[in-house]
Amino acid sequence: MSDMLVSAPADRRSVLGLLRPSLVQLTLVRFREFWREPEAVFWVFVFPILLAAGLGVAFESRPAERLRIGVAGEALEKILAAEPSLAVEIMTPAAAEQALRRGRIVLYAATDASGALRLRYDDALIEARAARLLAERAAERAAGAPELVPVAEEVVREPGSRYIDFLIPGLLGLNLMGSGMWGIGFAIVDARRKKLLKRLLASPMSRGEYLLSFLLSRLGLLLVEVFALLGFGAWVFGVPVRGALWELLLVCVLASLAFTSLGLLVASRARTIEAASGLMNFVMLPMWVLSGVFFSSERFPDAMQPFIRLLPLTAVNDALRRSMLEGAPLSSLGPQTAVIGAWLLASFITALRLFRWR
Amino acid sequence: MIRSARETKDSAASAGRATLCVRSLRKAYRDVVAVDGVDFEVWPGECFGLLGPNGAGKTTTIEICEGLLEPDSGTVELFGLTWARHGAELRQRLGVQLQDTQLSERLTVEETVRLFRSFYRRGPSVEEVIRMVQLEEKRKARVGALSGGQKQRLAMACALVGDPDLLFLDEPTTGLDPQARRQLWELIGRLKREGRAVILTTHYMEEAERLCDRVAIIDHGRIIALGTPAELIGRLGAGHVVEFAVDGSRKPPPEALEAIDGVVAVRALEGGYQLRVRELHRAVPALLEQLRRHGLGVTELRTHSASLEDVFVALTGRHLRDE
Repeated sequence: MSDMLVSAPADRRSVLGLLRPSLVQLTLVRFREFWREPEAVFWVFVFPILLAAGLGVAFESRPAERLRIGVAGEALEKILAAEPSLAVEIMTPAAAEQALRRGRIVLYAATDASGALRLRYDDALIEARAARLLAERAAERAAGAPELVPVAEEVVREPGSRYIDFLIPGLLGLNLMGSGMWGIGFAIVDARRKKLLKRLLASPMSRGEYLLSFLLSRLGLLLVEVFALLGFGAWVFGVPVRGALWELLLVCVLASLAFTSLGLLVASRARTIEAASGLMNFVMLPMWVLSGVFFSSERFPDAMQPFIRLLPLTAVNDALRRSMLEGAPLSSLGPQTAVIGAWLLASFITALRLFRWR
Repeated sequence: MIRSARETKDSAASAGRATLCVRSLRKAYRDVVAVDGVDFEVWPGECFGLLGPNGAGKTTTIEICEGLLEPDSGTVELFGLTWARHGAELRQRLGVQLQDTQLSERLTVEETVRLFRSFYRRGPSVEEVIRMVQLEEKRKARVGALSGGQKQRLAMACALVGDPDLLFLDEPTTGLDPQARRQLWELIGRLKREGRAVILTTHYMEEAERLCDRVAIIDHGRIIALGTPAELIGRLGAGHVVEFAVDGSRKPPPEALEAIDGVVAVRALEGGYQLRVRELHRAVPALLEQLRRHGLGVTELRTHSASLEDVFVALTGRHLRDE
């Protein structure tokens, strides 16, 4: 009953008619505090784009590299250089020995007294085995061997299967985790340390509205964050967004809420920034490594897979990749959304139980 | 429900009910007893001071009254209401300024006041509150750029946004320079004249004497004296304090000093004595005569009117700011 009385006059002055002025003010404060901290703006908006740009350029798909091989003499060089995938260099057997050891060439070709082709290479290297086949084929062609089976080539370099396509959804997930957890964790621990939480508690502020203001401001920043990174990926590298955009956004919102709750949990009792930072890193670092941000989480041993799949960031990255790269509809992302939703509920409920205002 | 509460308060005030009534308050932290059986009332329009050294239990007492801490035992009633049953209503009617709260440095003065104003159902406008604490020129300034005194006045503004009937100020002038302190005293004086009840903790004598209608001197969690500053000083039975030092290692016997007409109490200091005396113009010549008779030369002689500091010394044998 007293709640009704509290909200009645408030509604008249509110901006949207629905929101109470106190909630509007609390949310505005969150935005102001964020924008007025240049470091935070850098880490949330600029850093992921720099990272994407750097890694995108480093792992850019180039035209297939030529394999470097060494040959004993000019005659052989002429024959093998006819194969466009081989880069051929004349060298003495002693120099070739060293070049092979150092990986400067993958194969050394010479002819022996009988005129047979002698190929030296390490058969553990896939590239060396490819060079062997190419050299053999070039020698056969030079000797007039006919093409036994006609081959038609089709070269595929499609957006969606390159490293940058794998990377952008991973970075998006990583960013949702970082900004969600730091955004709320830092602000709350800082307010507790400065006794600002206690001061707010001594006012008639609603505690629920205080926490809600974090979620609302997070969702506002989320839009900017997601569009900045996706826009950059699409514009510079042509990274596709094949699923429905609103479904992708929904996944982002769910992910952001889950990580914000996790941040609230981490910040529920910490009294110093140092303690909070330690806890944050303890929670986030394993996911940086395990959850398939920079490389596929499938690379870890099978025994670890069930555990890895239950991490929230793994589920988020998986859902983002399927939606963006495969165009999977939200309805097919049930397992991932279930994991994210479970983290959201479990963290939020535990955080509310543990939370200390002082 | 709220309306009826307000009526209760109005009729209670006319019937002479205390704004704040504290009974047998007790609070311990692990093995330290912070508040050890405290009773007092604050009446409408009164400025009540809790005076004591650091660690005496002032802040614990005030935070229990503010509903921020639960007492181990005892009761607190504000306007006849209790925290357990009327928490939300009480929050609307109190103004609170806590010891060393740091408001967000990245917000401006105006934004900070507007935030706090949004929590209250009624109260003056943001502009009015900023004018009340004389921060008009700093309206657009970031909190981080304010001086200590300005920050403290902003904290007062945040306490005033709900037009409170009762204002809690926990060491409002600690750490401020004398000029900023006087500015804040003027502000508190104005708030008193507007008829608000104020509870103030301080360890500055001068502040308590100047602002408070009544003072409770608190030490080790107990109230050891309570009354108007004039009453408390009057209880010393002596309006003046004389301190003197003599040359050499010899000191006059205390009995000889106690025998001097008008001397109420004698306390040994390093190298001399402190006397509380009724009439300065009789006691000082008699004292000098006594010292001359003992063949002692006076190297230092100071007198001042008795203050709350002397009351504290008389009650505890310690100075307020020893700790």
